[in-house]
Amino acid sequence: MDLNLREIRPYGDTLSDGAMQMSFTLPLPTGPLAKEAALRFVRRLGLAEADVVHMAELGEGFTFFIVYGKTRLFIDATDITVTAVESDVWDRATCDEKIRELFGRKLRIVGACIGEDAHTVGIDAIMNMKGYAGHYGLERFSMIDAFNLGAQVEPETLLARALEKQADAVLVSQVVTQRDAHLQNLTRFVELAEAAGVRDRLVLIAGGPRLDHKLALELGYDAGFGRGTFAEHVASFIITHLARSRGSSGSKG
Amino acid sequence: MSLLGIDQTQVQRLRATADEITRSLAPLLRAHTTVTVERAVLRLLGVDGVDHHQVPLPNVVVNHLREKAGDGAAAAVCAAMLHTGASIGEVAEQVARGELDLHRLAQVPEDEVRALGHELAAEGLARIRANVREREERISRLPVRGQPWKYVIVATGNIHEDVIQARAAVRRGADIIAVIRTTGQSLLDYVPYGPTTEGFGGTYATQANFRIMRAALDEVAEETGHYVRLVNYASGLCMPEIVVMGAFERLDMMLNDSMYGILFRDINPVRTFVDQFFSRMVDAAAGIIINTGEDNYLTTADAVEAAHTVLASDFINESFGLAAGLRSDLLGLGHAFEIDPDLEDSFLLELSQALLLREVFPDSPLKYMPPTKHMSGDVFKGYLMNAMFNLSGIWSHQGIQLLGMLTEAMHTPFLQDRFLALQNADYVMNAARHIQDQVTFRPDSLVVRRAHEVLDKTGRLLEEVRGAGLLEAISAGWFADISRPADGGKGLLGVLKKSGRYFNPCKSVLAVQLGLEKEIDTWI
Repeated sequence: MDLNLREIRPYGDTLSDGAMQMSFTLPLPTGPLAKEAALRFVRRLGLAEADVVHMAELGEGFTFFIVYGKTRLFIDATDITVTAVESDVWDRATCDEKIRELFGRKLRIVGACIGEDAHTVGIDAIMNMKGYAGHYGLERFSMIDAFNLGAQVEPETLLARALEKQADAVLVSQVVTQRDAHLQNLTRFVELAEAAGVRDRLVLIAGGPRLDHKLALELGYDAGFGRGTFAEHVASFIITHLARSRGSSGSKG
Repeated sequence: MSLLGIDQTQVQRLRATADEITRSLAPLLRAHTTVTVERAVLRLLGVDGVDHHQVPLPNVVVNHLREKAGDGAAAAVCAAMLHTGASIGEVAEQVARGELDLHRLAQVPEDEVRALGHELAAEGLARIRANVREREERISRLPVRGQPWKYVIVATGNIHEDVIQARAAVRRGADIIAVIRTTGQSLLDYVPYGPTTEGFGGTYATQANFRIMRAALDEVAEETGHYVRLVNYASGLCMPEIVVMGAFERLDMMLNDSMYGILFRDINPVRTFVDQFFSRMVDAAAGIIINTGEDNYLTTADAVEAAHTVLASDFINESFGLAAGLRSDLLGLGHAFEIDPDLEDSFLLELSQALLLREVFPDSPLKYMPPTKHMSGDVFKGYLMNAMFNLSGIWSHQGIQLLGMLTEAMHTPFLQDRFLALQNADYVMNAARHIQDQVTFRPDSLVVRRAHEVLDKTGRLLEEVRGAGLLEAISAGWFADISRPADGGKGLLGVLKKSGRYFNPCKSVLAVQLGLEKEIDTWI
């Protein structure tokens, strides 16, 4: 295959054919005019050979479209740098072993879903015994004491509980929010930790489907984890980060 | 005929155990009232509106009464009416303006106070009964489709935008529209007032918003020829008040669980148990179908391991519901399709559970929730999972099928997501309409064995809960892996000990309407 990394475009069934599918709704009543509008719209997106393969009436003057087309736009893949969490990922047994070796005591991790967000699915997947998709959660790690405070926890309460538990790391989850409320909540927690003079004592990790590592760093966290994260990713990062920041003498505890 | 070979005497035994569990809480319920029960009573008697700070008048009055609310808010308000000759609305407004102090009223004969309370309660109930008659009249003219009823949600945050989305869904075959509440409303200790256009992940439940959506659905029903049921959420710190508002605006269904708030919103257990009982008496009088929240158990606990906790909770919800006067056909008991799709035979386990629930609660319109926990950004796989859910729903004759959205894990539904969900359900349910009559299961099949296993485990759990006590079981984390002690949680300050003079005029009026005269004194 003659792959040119400087000119990457979508693949349908032939390299660089640029084939794409998309679906969307237009606020126009179903009919030839709506169909033509959909076609012209995807052409303006830069798609050639655009084809409205399906059109359906949604009621109230709205129409749904499924469209295929081919783009000539491309991306230079050699010109991309990404900010990703840099840490080895170890399995549960190895994490436990590393903690024993490096710190000589259990690590304490406190987590919560803060603000008004009531969705614990993310924090539960990482922390609860059962974990997610066959990956056990932090509660299952023998060298980790995990405290999942659940949902709708105020940032103040989370910080107070973290200090009370003498936490090594705090996990802050934000799943469903609107109008960037999740950013305000996350920022507020970091500000509280700084104001209390404890920011540097804690590994702060943000998690949620709308978060990535780069954004988390910008908000003042040590790491950010998005979709597809399991407990071992988080544990491995915490171990690596703590070992780096405290030196690996293992004498602290 | 039982497809699963379920022994109904075993089911009756479990039901009896659940009754013992709930009845052991009756003395606790009877000894307490809450600020929101008192506000709900005031609403039923006719208090509405807000003061100049936008504080709802029921809150103003109950806050003003402080611990005196333990006598029943109606007692003080009715005494003030007799004293001043003012209407109940005027009394509330005078309190709000600081012109009337309910702590400094001269004695009024108690029998006069009670007579007036009962008169106002009867007027409130008459408003609700008129809505029941109107619903019956509309349904006889605009018949609803057969079950499973297709239930979709709208959640734009703006009630006027919700109307557009709801009407579009109804035109595409939705039977039930639920307006999702804004995130966090369950923890507000008041109900916001008036139409609203701002919300987070949903739209405020206000009486004005109820009215706007009700009118829109009635209008579109005239075009489609089918009555459309409207749902909202009563769970949270204002459960009974929201039920009263829903009953006044002819809502047809209410999320009204007996334990959900405790487990998933960390609301004080005593508060929730007291609130749910009075709420459900109002639901029963209003012909409102309740929906219970067992699906949520499986978002925190594993759906295979915790299947029996769902069924056990359904028994408890049923027992509390029947005690409060709800008929079986008003009990939308909850369960969900939440097993890990990568598990071998996951569909057979789902089907087994759905058929089991159907056989255990044959007269109740079960509320079946779609996959959420294992939905991802892979909308194509998600759409397929929703099709399997719909197949299980038609196969097991569910009552209320909450249609899954392919974008479940990402955002509140787009207009097109709802259309695709309805299309999915229509196709699958039409294609497999009579599958239950056509297929039997071998006695040694996984479907049958699994159902018996879950039922047996449910029986053991209920017996353990009976032994330990429901509050202790909740405190020990037996439901949904979540522990909630009886003396913790939000809203504890709003739990009041009833005084010896306590008066709730709605109690006897509702009890007569519901035929509960004999048992009611053991409960509230």
